[in-house]
Amino acid sequence: MLETLPMAGGYAQALAGGILVGLGAAVMLVALGRIAGISGIVGGLLRAETGDRSWRGLFLGGLVAGGVVLHLLAPAAVRFELERSTSTLLLAGFLVGFGTRLGNGCTSGHGVCGVSRGSLRSLVATLTFMATGMLAVLVARALGGKL
Amino acid sequence: MPGVVAFVAGLVFALGLGIAGMTLPRKVLGFLDVTGDWDPTLAFVMGGAVAVYALASPLILRRPRPLLAPRFAVPTRRDLDARLVVGAAVFGIGWGLVGFCPGPALVALGAGVPQAAIFSAAMLAGMGAYELTLGAERSQRAAAPRVDAGAAAARVDAGAAAARVDAVTAGAGADG
Repeated sequence: MLETLPMAGGYAQALAGGILVGLGAAVMLVALGRIAGISGIVGGLLRAETGDRSWRGLFLGGLVAGGVVLHLLAPAAVRFELERSTSTLLLAGFLVGFGTRLGNGCTSGHGVCGVSRGSLRSLVATLTFMATGMLAVLVARALGGKL
Repeated sequence: MPGVVAFVAGLVFALGLGIAGMTLPRKVLGFLDVTGDWDPTLAFVMGGAVAVYALASPLILRRPRPLLAPRFAVPTRRDLDARLVVGAAVFGIGWGLVGFCPGPALVALGAGVPQAAIFSAAMLAGMGAYELTLGAERSQRAAAPRVDAGAAAARVDAGAAAARVDAVTAGAGADG
C-alpha cells in the first residue's frame, strides 16, 4: 500500500502537469488563433518570410522563463540524469530539429494539439515518433548503452 | 497584448511540462522503454493535455475569430505523405536517444541544464538545415500556386490577394 502511494502521486502530478500544458495551448488558440506546436513556432522564426516573429519569440521567451522559474522553485523537476556524450547530444538534437520540421510538428503540435482535434496526420505522426522513440531506446539498450 | 498573452501561455506550458516530469529525460526514456522497465506515468501527461485541448478547441473554434488576432491559423491538411511519416520517424529516433523533445529541451535550457544547451543548439541547426534543403523546395512549390491564386483573383488587388493566400497556406502548412 505504501509503495503504491508515491506512484499514484506521480500519476496525479503527471495529469496535473498535462492539464497545464493543455491550458497553455488552449490560451494560444483562443487568444492568437495559433497551434501551440513548439517546433513549428521555433521553425517559423527561422523562415525568412515570416512576418509574425514577436508572438513566436515571446511564447518561447515564456517557455524559457518557465525553465528559470522551475530551476528556482523546483530544481529537482529539471535534471539531466543520463550519461550522454556531446556527440550523442548533437546528433539527437539535429535529428529532432530536422525531423520535426520535415514532419510538420512534434510532441506538442501533433501529440497534443493535432490528436485532440482528431487530425489523422497528427495521429499517424504521433504513433510514428512514439514507435521510433521506443525502437531507439530498445536498440540503444541492446548495444549496451545505459538508459 | 498578444505578446503578453503568448509569454504567459509559454510560461504556463513550461510549468506544466516541469510538473509533469517531461523535463526529466530519464523519465521520458523510462516511458519509451516499453520492452524493459516501463514507466507509464507520462501517458497521463498526454492524457491530461489532450483532455483539456479536446474539450476546449471545438468551443474555441466555434468563435468567428480569436480574441486578439484576425483569424485562426489551424492546419487543414488531411492527406498523409512520406514527409510526415519520415519526419516523425527521424524526430522519434532523436527523442529516444536523449529524451528531449523541443519544448522540454527549451525549458531545460532556461533552467541552465548544459546538455539542453548543446541539444537545443543542434536542434536549431537541424531546423536550419531543413529550411536550406527540403524546406526551401517546399517553400518554392508553395509559392507557385500562391502567385497563380493572386492572378486568378481577377487583378482586384494582386498584392493583397497574394498576402491573404499566403496567410492561409502558412497556417495550413504547419500541423504544429
